[in-house]
Amino acid sequence: MAVQVQAADIAQRAELDFAGILKRAAVAGLVTFLLTIGLVGFETVSSTGQLRLHTRFEAVAFAVAAVFVSYVCFEFLRARRPMIPLVVGAVAALVLLIPLVTGDPDLQWMLPFEAETLDWAALVVPLLLVGRALQLATAARARATGRQPPAVLGRIGVAFRRLTPLIGAALLGFAIVLPFLPFADRRLIDICTLVLTYIMLGWGLNIVVGLAGLLDLGYVAFYAVGAYSYALLSTTFGLSFWVCLPLAGALAALFGILLGFPVLRLRGDYLAIVTLGFGEMIRIVLINWWWFTGGPNGINNVERPSFFGLPFDRSPPEGTESFHTFFGLDYSPNHRVFFLYFLILACALITNFFTLRIRKLPLGRAWEALREDETACRALGINPTNTKLTAFAFGAMFAGFAGSFFAARQGFVSPESFVFIESAVILAIVVLGGLGSQVGIVLAAIVLIGIPEFFRELKDYRMLAFGLGMVLIMIWRPGGLLGRRDPTIRLHAAGEGAEQKRR
Amino acid sequence: MEYFLQQLINGLSLGAIYGLIAIGYTMVYGIIGMINFAHGDIFMIGAFHSLIAFLVLGLLGVSFVPLALMVVLVIAVLLTATYGWTVERVAYRPLRRSTRLAPLISAIGMSIFLQNSVQLLQGARGKPLVSVIPGAITLVDSGTFAVQISYMQIVIMLVTVSLMTVFTLMITRTTLGRAQRACEQDQRMASLLGVNIDRTISITFVIGASLAAVAGLMVTLYYGIIDFYLGFVAGIKAFTAAVLGGIGSLPGAMLGGILIGLIEAFWSAYFSVEYKDVAAFGVLVLVLIFRPSGLLGRPEVEKV
Repeated sequence: MAVQVQAADIAQRAELDFAGILKRAAVAGLVTFLLTIGLVGFETVSSTGQLRLHTRFEAVAFAVAAVFVSYVCFEFLRARRPMIPLVVGAVAALVLLIPLVTGDPDLQWMLPFEAETLDWAALVVPLLLVGRALQLATAARARATGRQPPAVLGRIGVAFRRLTPLIGAALLGFAIVLPFLPFADRRLIDICTLVLTYIMLGWGLNIVVGLAGLLDLGYVAFYAVGAYSYALLSTTFGLSFWVCLPLAGALAALFGILLGFPVLRLRGDYLAIVTLGFGEMIRIVLINWWWFTGGPNGINNVERPSFFGLPFDRSPPEGTESFHTFFGLDYSPNHRVFFLYFLILACALITNFFTLRIRKLPLGRAWEALREDETACRALGINPTNTKLTAFAFGAMFAGFAGSFFAARQGFVSPESFVFIESAVILAIVVLGGLGSQVGIVLAAIVLIGIPEFFRELKDYRMLAFGLGMVLIMIWRPGGLLGRRDPTIRLHAAGEGAEQKRR
Repeated sequence: MEYFLQQLINGLSLGAIYGLIAIGYTMVYGIIGMINFAHGDIFMIGAFHSLIAFLVLGLLGVSFVPLALMVVLVIAVLLTATYGWTVERVAYRPLRRSTRLAPLISAIGMSIFLQNSVQLLQGARGKPLVSVIPGAITLVDSGTFAVQISYMQIVIMLVTVSLMTVFTLMITRTTLGRAQRACEQDQRMASLLGVNIDRTISITFVIGASLAAVAGLMVTLYYGIIDFYLGFVAGIKAFTAAVLGGIGSLPGAMLGGILIGLIEAFWSAYFSVEYKDVAAFGVLVLVLIFRPSGLLGRPEVEKV
């Protein structure tokens, strides 16, 4: 056996044909040239009403060279000849790292870009290339030795799922004590509040997409309904946050039913595009129905939430008390920030609790069954439209809660906050987390929202990296970071039937 | 009456552009059953390539308009088709055998990536281009209102009709078209019969991107200003058009495109410009409720 493997190994080593590799690498280089020559090679600059062209051919040349060289290196790695790639990698690392680390202006010519921020691309792209190279090298080794590489990630995923309750509890404990930890400054809490908002939205959308299997690309519409409900109710009727919160949820759920009723008979992709259309329609209406919604300017001076009636003002009006006077504390603007943090934490936990419980109720079971096989469900007497409608309404309700929290936290609402990209981000959180996995959503929200939030300075590159990250994670782990969640209850032992089906 | 005629002309030329983009959606959906979310951005990239090609030709001193148009068309189609090919190769092919949601998310990510890279590389401001084909023919002049059809609109309709003819012939008559139709019906069977699936799907993306590039060129010429966000709205509308006409059906995509163009033009003219997109989506919802397979689509047969 061992001899055979070695023979195969040697045969594979001998097979390397340079002409073929060079040809394919040249094709890859040509494709890169065609991709970059237009948009990278020429920059259109407006000057005095006319467009001028600046050229950036050096960037094109750099890209083509990089693709050509890395393609050749990858081919060598595939054939298990790591020498040349290692040398190339070392040289490239030297050339790129020395000027970046030292910051010596005399060495700047080694970097491919003129703009300083773009130099970071010179780090990120090589890192991606190195990652791919490692992956190729292990795969080639496994192929040659006939041994499967240990599916590390898969195993981590399985272990993770087994440990989910523990990890969930740990995360929850951490979330509760976080504001009292010494390193928790206002910025961190603000970011965590934002992440929690997205976690809540993710959990809400998970009811629709993860449990019921309905692809909703316009989830942000319900978020908008919730936000505007609170803003309008509070500015028009002076209702408090605690009265508006359930109302906003109810209104959003009502919208979910109204929108869902005509379209839930549609299947998969049609539903996706119609919900996308609804999302855009609501935004257009918000922009243009100016006397009601304030148009593009939105609604300002929305009342901030109070601590069950106690406002967080520094100096409350005569005869009333505010939070800090009632509890005899010194005034601190952090009180409001911490309160908002705990408020959204509580809302998110309610969403999570709801999901965990409803999975065990007939309704939740029906959702999961519907996701797995609609035809079979119909045969078993489940009314698909009504069942889907409830999922849609519940999902919308939680978006409504999150929306009114958002309005209360910001103090203003405007249509700009409810663009399609928000829906895409929320959906990405759900899918990247592994459909239906509650902890996965937390991780995905931290990865997608929290981490980029710390890189605000690189604002322009944030969305670029976000899009790229979505593509890469999908290619790398199509089932999401933690893998897909199996139905709560099934005939086969957990995993067995599903594994077979997936293959 | 004159006003109506004018809106009809405007709507038809707008619809022709939507139709060209919609073909890209409908072909991809037909063959691999996914919404190619990045297609609208491919169209936007086509528009940018046309703009840049025009500027380069201007620098080189080419002033003969038909020649310039031909050169720009070739360049834009070539470069944009490369984008179509690469997107499929990089973002969709590795996911072909995974869940239905994975390629969609990947496509959304690709769309965000393309949009933002164009914004970073070319700037966020709108890019104006001087009118290349000025002038118009007056069809009817009643004294108060003159119905005009601009040369640009004539070009749009002529190009669309000829492309559609070539395209239909290609799908119905050539080996490639037959391979595509075979892949649409049953990929495994097609591959057993010697059809190269990967190649056929790649070519589908290349054709879709080429048509989107033509649409991009025409939008650049027609409106005279483009920006990086152009692809999103146009993409949604074109997809709406594809669903309206019956997704998977090529004449359906063209019909849907023209209908969406007409709805938009008439709604803007007789009701309100602001709500023209709402009108287009409203019609889509109505059609899907009463005829879920679209106007010209075949109803899906469910198998247990």
